[in-house]
Amino acid sequence: MVVTVEFLGPIGKEPIELEVRSLEELSSFLAQDAALQPWLKNSAVAVNDEMITDRAHPLKSGDRVTLLPPVCGG
Amino acid sequence: MLEIYDGPLEVPRILERWYGVQRRRNFGAFIPFVGTVRDEGGIEGLSFDLYRPLLERWFNHWQEQAAKRGAEVAMAHSCGDVPLFESSYIAAVSSPKRRVALELIDRFVEDFKANAPIWKYDLRGGERIYAADRSQPLCGSGLLG
Repeated sequence: MVVTVEFLGPIGKEPIELEVRSLEELSSFLAQDAALQPWLKNSAVAVNDEMITDRAHPLKSGDRVTLLPPVCGG
Repeated sequence: MLEIYDGPLEVPRILERWYGVQRRRNFGAFIPFVGTVRDEGGIEGLSFDLYRPLLERWFNHWQEQAAKRGAEVAMAHSCGDVPLFESSYIAAVSSPKRRVALELIDRFVEDFKANAPIWKYDLRGGERIYAADRSQPLCGSGLLG
């Protein structure tokens, strides 16, 4: 049940691999990192490049979770 | 057409190429928008990160929406550093007649600002500083917070 978590743009953190079964569990794990807390509050989440809006979203082995902080193109 | 370039865009070359293609395809209207880095707040330039898989998905969705109205969208964007007075963004809409292109260019550029997965940084004193105050959270943000 290993998932990869990627932190995009200004979060500036290398990808990590974790054993978690849902976004709920992932949230609890990432919250232990104080530097990540502000990003958890303002980032959107994609799993395998699909935007997700449900914390109960299940994760399976090999899933790639991506955190997308606030954007500004142009 | 979604084109990503390292550094500033060569605007005349890109527009000349797009224009050359689109006018021969019987589009009567071609409306480009060019975004240029302004000298404000003491910055030396801007810098960009982008996430290509979701940018392509966002762009393809727009291309499908435009096609329903007989139109096409095109976009070019910079990755990395772009100095003052250089350009980092081109959006363009082609349509058979002007009205559709005029409407779509406004919506296309505004939706780009709100939803394209691109991150902007100010360049100051050789440092890259995230433009947090000008950035917008994507839909569904805070899911893990």
